[in-house]
Amino acid sequence: MSSAIGSPIDRVDGPQKVTGAARYTAEIVLPHMTYAAVVAATVASGRVAVIDTGRARGAEGVLAILTHEDLPKLAEPHLLPSLAGAAAPGQSFFPMQKDVVHYAGQPVALVVADSHERAQYAASLVEVTYERAPSITTIDEGRDAAYEAERLFGGLLPARDERGDVDTAMAEAEVRVDVAYRFAANHHNAIEPAATTAVWDDGRLTIYDSTQGIRASQLTVAQLLGMPLSDVRVITHFVGGGFGSKAMVWPHVTLAALAARHVGRPVKLSLTRQQMFTSAGHREEQEQQLAIGATRDGRLTAMHHEKLSITSPFDDWAEPATGVSSQLYACPNYRGEHRLVRGNTMTPTFTRGPGEAVGVFVLETAMDELAHELGIDPLELRVRNHAAVDGHGNPWSSDGLEECLRHGAELFGWAGRNPVPRSRRDGDWLIGTGMAAAAYPVPLFMPTQRARARLYADGSAVVQAGTQEFGTGVLTAMTQVAADGLGLPLGSVRFEAGDTDLPNVSSAVGSAGAGMISAAVHAAATALRDQLVATAVADADSPLHGADPATIEVREGRITQREYPGVGETYGELMQRNRLADAEAPGSWTPPPLDTPHGLLTFGAQFAEVAVDPEIGLVRARRMVGVFAPGRVLNPKTARSQLVGGMLWGLGQALLEGNRMDPRHGRWGATSLGEYLVPVNADAPEVTVDFVELTDTVVNPLGVKGVGEIGQVGVAAAIGNAVFHATGRRVRELPMAAELVMD
Amino acid sequence: MPAWAVQLIAHHVRPKIMHNDQFVATAPPDRPPLTSGPSSLPVALTVNGSTHVVDLEPRVSLLDALREHLDLTGSKKGCDQGTCGACTVWVDGRRVLACLSLAVTCEGRSVTTIEGLAAGEELHPMQRAFIECDAFQCGYCTAGQIMSAVALLEEGNATTDAEIAESMSGNICRCAAYPNIRAAIREVRDAGEGGHRATA
Amino acid sequence: MRPLSYRRAAEIGEAVATVSTEPTSAFLAGGTTEVDLVRLGVARHDLLVDINDLPLADIENLPGGGLRIGALARMNDVARAAQVVEMYPGIAQALLLGASEQLRNMATMGGNLCQRVRCAYFRDNVSPCNKREPGTGCSALDGQNRGHAILGTSEHCIATHPSDVAVALVAFDAVVHTIGPSGARIIPIENFYLLPGRTPHIEHPLEHGELIVAIEVPPLPVARGSLYLKFRDRQSYEFALVSVLSALLVQDGRITEVRLALGGVGTTPWRARRAEAQLVGAPATAGSFAAAAAAELDAAVLHEHNAFKQELAQRAIVRGLDQAMVSAVHGGAR
Repeated sequence: MSSAIGSPIDRVDGPQKVTGAARYTAEIVLPHMTYAAVVAATVASGRVAVIDTGRARGAEGVLAILTHEDLPKLAEPHLLPSLAGAAAPGQSFFPMQKDVVHYAGQPVALVVADSHERAQYAASLVEVTYERAPSITTIDEGRDAAYEAERLFGGLLPARDERGDVDTAMAEAEVRVDVAYRFAANHHNAIEPAATTAVWDDGRLTIYDSTQGIRASQLTVAQLLGMPLSDVRVITHFVGGGFGSKAMVWPHVTLAALAARHVGRPVKLSLTRQQMFTSAGHREEQEQQLAIGATRDGRLTAMHHEKLSITSPFDDWAEPATGVSSQLYACPNYRGEHRLVRGNTMTPTFTRGPGEAVGVFVLETAMDELAHELGIDPLELRVRNHAAVDGHGNPWSSDGLEECLRHGAELFGWAGRNPVPRSRRDGDWLIGTGMAAAAYPVPLFMPTQRARARLYADGSAVVQAGTQEFGTGVLTAMTQVAADGLGLPLGSVRFEAGDTDLPNVSSAVGSAGAGMISAAVHAAATALRDQLVATAVADADSPLHGADPATIEVREGRITQREYPGVGETYGELMQRNRLADAEAPGSWTPPPLDTPHGLLTFGAQFAEVAVDPEIGLVRARRMVGVFAPGRVLNPKTARSQLVGGMLWGLGQALLEGNRMDPRHGRWGATSLGEYLVPVNADAPEVTVDFVELTDTVVNPLGVKGVGEIGQVGVAAAIGNAVFHATGRRVRELPMAAELVMD
Repeated sequence: MPAWAVQLIAHHVRPKIMHNDQFVATAPPDRPPLTSGPSSLPVALTVNGSTHVVDLEPRVSLLDALREHLDLTGSKKGCDQGTCGACTVWVDGRRVLACLSLAVTCEGRSVTTIEGLAAGEELHPMQRAFIECDAFQCGYCTAGQIMSAVALLEEGNATTDAEIAESMSGNICRCAAYPNIRAAIREVRDAGEGGHRATA
Repeated sequence: MRPLSYRRAAEIGEAVATVSTEPTSAFLAGGTTEVDLVRLGVARHDLLVDINDLPLADIENLPGGGLRIGALARMNDVARAAQVVEMYPGIAQALLLGASEQLRNMATMGGNLCQRVRCAYFRDNVSPCNKREPGTGCSALDGQNRGHAILGTSEHCIATHPSDVAVALVAFDAVVHTIGPSGARIIPIENFYLLPGRTPHIEHPLEHGELIVAIEVPPLPVARGSLYLKFRDRQSYEFALVSVLSALLVQDGRITEVRLALGGVGTTPWRARRAEAQLVGAPATAGSFAAAAAAELDAAVLHEHNAFKQELAQRAIVRGLDQAMVSAVHGGAR
């Protein structure tokens, strides 16, 4: 029945993006625009003793300088993930309310001037004298004061997960693997730096924001400023990548609004690349330890997964690392724990594959070690242990892991692999292959999602939901969903998003976007279709008069009897006869309850072939294969792209990406794209992606489980396992820098 | 003839001159000797075949001149320090980084941006190939990628995938559409329609 | 970015006169270093003198052999010049590996020689740095120094010289032609790079206002088989962990001439003279290569995060010499 859904159609926003016509936040033109620049703290802890703005105020074009001395007092921010649908500040601390400095990069002043260059220059003239206090910015510095967290993610998740008797089972295990891993911090580095343009009009605020959730920006700014939601409107048409950095609402958004109110003109605040390292969260420095106990024939009997990471002074934030290790494999005795060190960084945040990009690396590296130890094929070890139910004994809403593993193995040519490390060479390069299972939780803690569909009497339709396009292809996929729901050709449907005045949906985070938005759009579109079908069967002048609506379908804008396609009429004919210039229907979707009796994971399988130069220590990925079971795929073309991107994020995570604090200064070592290395074109091998199609009737009406994170999960493990296969060397630190890999 | 082809010959024939988008009578000499600044001065920039006279401080980069003064926002600011390639434009037909170019140094030169690539409504073959191959996601690096890709075919160093990958490595795509970007370039190369002059 | 005045120079004399009389001025060529550092606030120039119109972009064969490369020749133009590819392939390779296409279309040869270090503490405009603020100390000594130098360092600075092509140029005994307020002069390229010593802020023996006008590379048969290897974390668009320029002349199995220089590990583009001395006359064998590499790196001064480079550089040298054997100019019976 579906014709548009599942088709690999080109992106509807393609022409705008390839011609430069697509406008991103910093490109909005408003009359009398002004430009803001942030002055960021250079110390990691202490207070602002003196802030001398004299020289800056004297610089040409300066309109205002705001510091903690004159910034209005705001409501207290309380961190909550934006998917939850409430105010979602990225941290429970707003800068410039007092003289305190909690982390380097914290805003201490905001300069507004009449040009970008003048604002930046004046910001450099603000002279800040700090009273510096001792700081902790690395795990090592705070290790002795580490504590066990009670809850994570703004209180949404427990920090401990336990079943059975781990200690006894571990002691009695026939085989044990017990390994520790270390991870440098990661930064999202979306190529569009965060930007906000704010303008006030008669007490009402409009914000153009580079965000993964316009609704979250609206809720957060309204809460901090104590304004009614109806007076805060957020608009976002195109966002230049998010990857989690724009999932929460960071202080610069509200600062832009305050500055605009202060100068009485629109204010554009664009953060610099350097500032992006300290302004929108990061994946925290962490250590993980995973002990596995198993029988000789490769059955898991005990697992103990611990994470230690560093958070901010004000939030118990850790990426939850055990959401997959606790349930992917059947294991009667399990304990997962999170310990934290309070440090002088901003609150870390969601970074692509939050939690599991790292947690599954640990799990799947340990599984590879176990397979090697037992002499069992790594793939077979996964299949043998894959759980039929989740940690609570609930069946999966849909599975597909084994199919992914088997299909991936076939595409990759896994069969017949010689498992002996260091058994293949190509000139200076050792060649190895590795694999990993992948899984990612399906979150369902969003509120009710809404959309609206409107059909005009000429047969064209506009379908709306307040989401935003940051590369996921949501505009395209929702056009497809709406077209199928209405029974219209794709070309007759326009999907509109990017404005909080539209029906609201939650932030597109945690791979939840496609599932929840499609649910609302589908509901609106089908409601409108049903409304018009009802009109037709009730209309004595309709050829469908008196028909049972259940026997009617709509295709290409024509309403017909399913069994008798010749009997029917178009939407246009029906509407014009009934004096309907247009027709409209809202649609909404409320997710299943949090205690829905189903295991909720998206599954996949990752395979990689690497070449390692063992003398120099360099690792190059030669090919990668990923097979995923993300439920229904709305658009295989854009979904494939997102999965390829995720897999290459995994490559970056494995081999290149890491940042470290200089504990003496409490500042990041890397603050540019020249220092923080993300993959370039030459690092990216050809990547094969395929799908295992399955039906999921639990997660949402269309059975969409999402593709945003699962592509990345497991890749680093597959690469690390391939490095082991190539060299015999097990690297237990990411990124796998040359000095760790070289013989 | 597309705008970029017009601009290739524009400064040889007496360009049309606009001052803040108004026509003015005469063209300035190509690159007059001058000392100026730090306050703003009129700078004549020939972009996509049209010459615009804009008041710019000497410190203003070509990228900011395009984005903030000429409202040509297709060229993107990703790092402002030469490490991402999102601002790639052509100056006198060669791909360069607009963020590390001062606008005033571009007087008398021909600047081509993504807005000048299509021939009216007709997309450049590389633009079409980027759509067909899904060679972008968020789209923020895309203008730079396409300006690099078209230049690459013109440079003639796109014989192998390895060459393409190396030559495109100055354009970071954080969505990591790299394999699809290579596919798009291959497609245009193999159709023999690449390069600056493809749609002329 | 700080306010800037701008002057477009039409003649060399005018450019030199302008910069030499304005204490806070600098030449502006490709801008890839200058604009970046002014924007960061690390370079504090008030006047930039645009020299792009000066007639200094030619690449010419010298009458007695060798090559004269104009200071304003762009990296890409030099890398793809037929005579460079033929006579000095190591220069061409170093240039192509040195930056992205866009940067190579902008950056000039003169500017490349003068590019500043990529040390994050130098660039952050906040941390103590003797190069940026003499006397404040070196943050890299006990800081994050993975990318830092192990040769030619001092206790005042360990920043690595970032250039690739300069590595090839020091190997080939290039000379730098300048015109300054005191007239024209010729500086052998090794003298052009000063070790940091106690004065890391002084990187070149140039007077303020002295302009590089050309680089001359002497005729050098051994260079025809030269090779530039660059090892880095990323496959492209990154500075070197270590790089090696190698060129060999081999006669009857013995090395009669060798050129060896290193990037990524020295505070200057590093001519491996100790290794060269040991290699000349030695049999062209892996054993000789390894011994020479060890001799060169014997002088390495290591810090917490860059200690691996001592071994890495030796392996890179051996790899470079091995591969240079393939393209080496051979004489006599092999």
